[in-house]
Amino acid sequence: MDQYLILAPVLLSFLILIIPERIRHPYVVILTLFICVLTSIPAFRLVFAPDTEKFILKGPFGQIDLVIDGLSGFFILVTNFTMLTGVLYSRGYLQIYEGKKNQAQFALHYFSFTWLHLSMLGVLMLRDGLSFLIAWELMAVSSFMLILFEAEKRATLKTAVNYLIQMHVGLVILVIAFLFCEATTGQLSFDALQSYFSQNHNTGLFLLFFAGFAIKAGFIPFHTWLPEAHPAAPTHVSAVMSGVMIKMGIYGIVRVITYLQADFFLIGWIILVFSALSGLLGVMMAIVQHDMKKLLAYHSIENIGIIGMGIGLGTMGLGLHNPLLVLLGFTGGLLHVLNHSLFKSLLFYSTGTVYKIYHTRNIEQLGGVIHKLPHTALLYLTGAIAICGIPPLNGFISEFLIYTGLIKGLSLGSAYQAITVILAIISLVLIGGLAIFCFTKVFGMVFLGIPREKHEISDPVNNSGMLVPQYMVAILIIVIGFFPMLFLRPLMTFVSDQFHVALVPELVPISDLFLKISSLSGILVLLVFVIYMIRWFLFKNRKVIYGPTWGCGYTDGSARQQYTGTSYANNFAELAHPVLQSKDEYNEIAEKDIFPSPRSFSRHPNDIFRFGLNKLLDFNMLILKKLARLQTGNIQHYILYAFIFILVIFILLYLKIL
Amino acid sequence: MTVLLLSVLTGIFFPGIIIRVKSILCGRKGPGIFQPWKDIWLLLRKGSVISTTASFISRIAPVIYLCTILCAILLLPFPGIAYDFGFDADFVFFAYIIALGKFLFILNALDAGSSFEGMGANREALYSLLLEPAFFILFGTLALLTGNSSMQGIFSSLQIGGPSTYIIIIITVYLLVQIAMIENSRMPVDDPKTHLELTMIHEVMILDHSGFDLALIHIGTTLKFAMYGILIANCTIPVDIGFGWQILLFFGIQVGFAVLIGIMESFRARKKLAKNPQFIVTLSSIALIAFFLALLITFKMIP
Repeated sequence: MDQYLILAPVLLSFLILIIPERIRHPYVVILTLFICVLTSIPAFRLVFAPDTEKFILKGPFGQIDLVIDGLSGFFILVTNFTMLTGVLYSRGYLQIYEGKKNQAQFALHYFSFTWLHLSMLGVLMLRDGLSFLIAWELMAVSSFMLILFEAEKRATLKTAVNYLIQMHVGLVILVIAFLFCEATTGQLSFDALQSYFSQNHNTGLFLLFFAGFAIKAGFIPFHTWLPEAHPAAPTHVSAVMSGVMIKMGIYGIVRVITYLQADFFLIGWIILVFSALSGLLGVMMAIVQHDMKKLLAYHSIENIGIIGMGIGLGTMGLGLHNPLLVLLGFTGGLLHVLNHSLFKSLLFYSTGTVYKIYHTRNIEQLGGVIHKLPHTALLYLTGAIAICGIPPLNGFISEFLIYTGLIKGLSLGSAYQAITVILAIISLVLIGGLAIFCFTKVFGMVFLGIPREKHEISDPVNNSGMLVPQYMVAILIIVIGFFPMLFLRPLMTFVSDQFHVALVPELVPISDLFLKISSLSGILVLLVFVIYMIRWFLFKNRKVIYGPTWGCGYTDGSARQQYTGTSYANNFAELAHPVLQSKDEYNEIAEKDIFPSPRSFSRHPNDIFRFGLNKLLDFNMLILKKLARLQTGNIQHYILYAFIFILVIFILLYLKIL
Repeated sequence: MTVLLLSVLTGIFFPGIIIRVKSILCGRKGPGIFQPWKDIWLLLRKGSVISTTASFISRIAPVIYLCTILCAILLLPFPGIAYDFGFDADFVFFAYIIALGKFLFILNALDAGSSFEGMGANREALYSLLLEPAFFILFGTLALLTGNSSMQGIFSSLQIGGPSTYIIIIITVYLLVQIAMIENSRMPVDDPKTHLELTMIHEVMILDHSGFDLALIHIGTTLKFAMYGILIANCTIPVDIGFGWQILLFFGIQVGFAVLIGIMESFRARKKLAKNPQFIVTLSSIALIAFFLALLITFKMIP
C-alpha cells in the first residue's frame, strides 16, 4: 500500500475542524468508511489466511513498520465495525445537545472520535515499543476528550481526570515493562519479547504487562475508572469504549502471550483466577445499580472476565500441551471479544435512545418504554438475551466454547487442576445466572409495566437514523448465533497457526457440534412460529377482553405500587451484602411510634474496590502532609537540607558504600 | 422423537398421579387422574382476559416457554435408542435453552406491571441462579467419572463402573429429584396449594394469564416434570436388558417419581421463604461432595 494512502486519513481528519457544520457529519461518516475500507481489506485477507503483512512508513523520525497479522487483523475488523455503527448513531444522539453546545465543541468531539479510531488501529498495527506506547497514549487522550464532552458538569470533569490519571498509571507500568525488556535485549519492541522470554523468567514480566493492560481492560481490581467513565461519556462514546477500546487491553495480553516461552500453566492459572473474580464481582455489582449505563459498565467488567477465562484456559492448555484446550480457550475468548463488542454496543445504543426520549437513565423512574419505543425494546431484548449467553444468539456460542474447554479440562490433569476447573465452571454458571437476574430486572423495570414517575417525553419521531446502526448490529448478532462456523473457522485457523497446535477434528468435531446446535436453534424458532401461528389463528374468533392488571381486588393502584428495580434486586442484595456493602437509608418504625410519619427508603450501591482505593489514597495524602512540614518556605532550612545531603554523600563515599 | 413421545405420554398422567396420591394420603375423595388435563383442555378452548398494561412479551413468552422445554426434551437420550441430537457438552445447551424459557417467563410476569408478579419473578430468578451450580457440578462430576461429556456418553457408561459408582448414581437421583421440585417450585420451596400471593412463586407469576396462554404454561410445567423423569430414568435403567423392558421400567420410574412427589408434598412442610436460598445452596454442596467422591473413585485424589 502506498504510504500516502496510509497518511491520508491522518491528514483528512484535521479537515473535520474547519469544514462547515452542514456537511460535518456526512464527512465524518465518509472518512470513517474510508479508514474502515483501507484497513479492513488487508485485515480480512489475513484473518482468513494466517500470514503477516508489513507496511513501511518513512518519515522525518525514521521508519515505522505497520504490521498486520491474524490477531491484529481480527481486532481491526471488530474495531472498524463498532466505530462505523458508533459514527452512524452519533448524529441522532448528539441532537440532545443541539443549542447547548457550540459548533467548535461538536467539531472537536468528532475529531477526537476519529482520532480514537486511528489510535486504536495504530495500537493494533504497531509492534515497535515506542510508537506503540505513543499510539496507546493517543488513545487515552482522545477518549479523555470524548468523556469530557459534558465538561460543564462537575462530576464529568472529575471522572475524566480520574480516567486520565488511571490510564497514565497503566502507561507507566507498560513503559517499565518495555524498559525491562530493553535493558536485557537492547530492543524496545514486542518482537524482542521473544528473546527476553526465552532467556529470562517469564512470569514476572508477564505480570507487569498484565497489570498495565488490565487497567485498560478493566479487570478487577484495576477497574475503578470504568463504571465512572462509561456513564459520564455520551452514549456512542460509551458504546465504543466498552465495545472496543477496553478490548485493546485484551489484545495486549494476548499479544504478549504469543511470545511466552515457559510458565504457561502458572500464567494461565493466574489469568483464570483474575478473570473469574472479575466476572463474578462485575455482575454482582451490576445487579444493584440504578443507572442503566453504569449497570452496563459493570457488565463490561463481567464480560472481560469471560473473555479472560477463555484466554486463561487456552494458556493453561499451552502448558499442558493439550491442543484441544488451546483451541477451545482462545477461540472462545476471542469470539467473545467480537460478541461483546456487538451486544454491548447494541445495549448502549438502545439505552441512549431511551435517555434521549425520557431524559433519565434511572431504572427506578422509568417503566413501560416498550409501548413508546417498540423497536428499541426489541433491540434491547436481543442484546439482553445475547449478553446473558442464552441460545440461539451469539453470546451462547463463545460461552459454550469456553464451557466445552473447561469440561474437557476436568479429566485431564491432577485433582488440584480438576478442582480449579470445577470452580471456574461454577463461576461461569453463576455469572450466567446473575446476568439473567440483572437483565430481567432492567428489561422488566424499564421497558415493561407503566412509567413509575411522570416524565417530560420528547417526540420519538425522528429516531429512524439511530435505528439503522442498531439493526445492523442486531442482524450480525443473529447471524453469529445461527451460523457460528462462518466466524469460527477463520478464528480456529488463526489460533492453530499462532500457537502451533494442530486442528483436531477427531477430538471435538466442532463444525459438526455447531451444526447440531444451529439445527436445534432452527427447530426452536420453527416450533415457536408454528405454535404462535396456531395461537393467532385461534384468537381470530375468540373473545379477548382487555382489563386492568389483577390487583387482588384492589384495582385503583398507582404506578408507584409496581415492583421497582431495588425491590426486584432486594433478595439478592441482602444475600450478597457481605460483598456488595450497599448502604441503606431507612429508619425502622420504633415501638412507641404509634402514628408513624411518612418515611422513605433508599439504597446506594457501593464499590468496595473504589472504597479501598480511596482509603489507600487517603493514607498516601496523610504521609505527604507529614512530609510537607519539611517545606517551611525558609531559605535557611533549604540550605541546611542541601548541606545535610552533601554531608551524607560524603560520608557514604568515605565509607565506600556508594 | 421417541423421547418426546414418551415424555408427552408420561406427562399426561404425571400431574394427575401427584394429585391422586395427595388426596388419598389426606383421606379426600379427590379428582380423577385426568382432571389436570381436562382443565388444560378447557383452558385451550377459552377466550382470554389480557391486561391493558401488557405488551407483545405476554403474547409471545408462553409460546417460547413451552417450545424451549420441547427443545430441551428433544436433546435427551434414552437408553438403548440410537439418537442423533447429542453432542459434546450438550448438557450446557440443555441448561441454557431452559434458561431462555425462564428468561421470557420472568419477563412475562413483569409485563403486566403487577406488584405481586414481581415477587414471584425475582424469587424465580434468584432460586434458579442458586440452583444452576448444583446441576453443572453434578454433570461435571458425571463427565469426570465417565470421561464423556455428552449426555448419551455419560449415561451409557455410567453403570459400567461397577459398585463404586452406585453411590454417585444415588446422589445424582436424589439431586435430580430435588432440582425438579425446585425448578417447578414445588414443596420444599413453595406450596402449589397455597392461596397467598405473598408466598407463591410460579403461581403468582401467571396471575394475569388466562385461556390459551395459561394452558401453554401448564403444559410446559407438566412436561418439565417428565423431562427430569427422563433424566432419572437415564441414570437408573440398565443399558442391556432389551427395549421392551426398558420402556416398561421407564413407565415404572415415571409413576414412581410422581408418587414420590405426591408423598413428599403430603408429609413435608414448606420452608420459610427467607430460608429457601440456604436450602438450595445445600444442593450445590451435596453435588460438590459427589465431585470429590468422583475424584476419589478416579484415583485423582490418591494416585
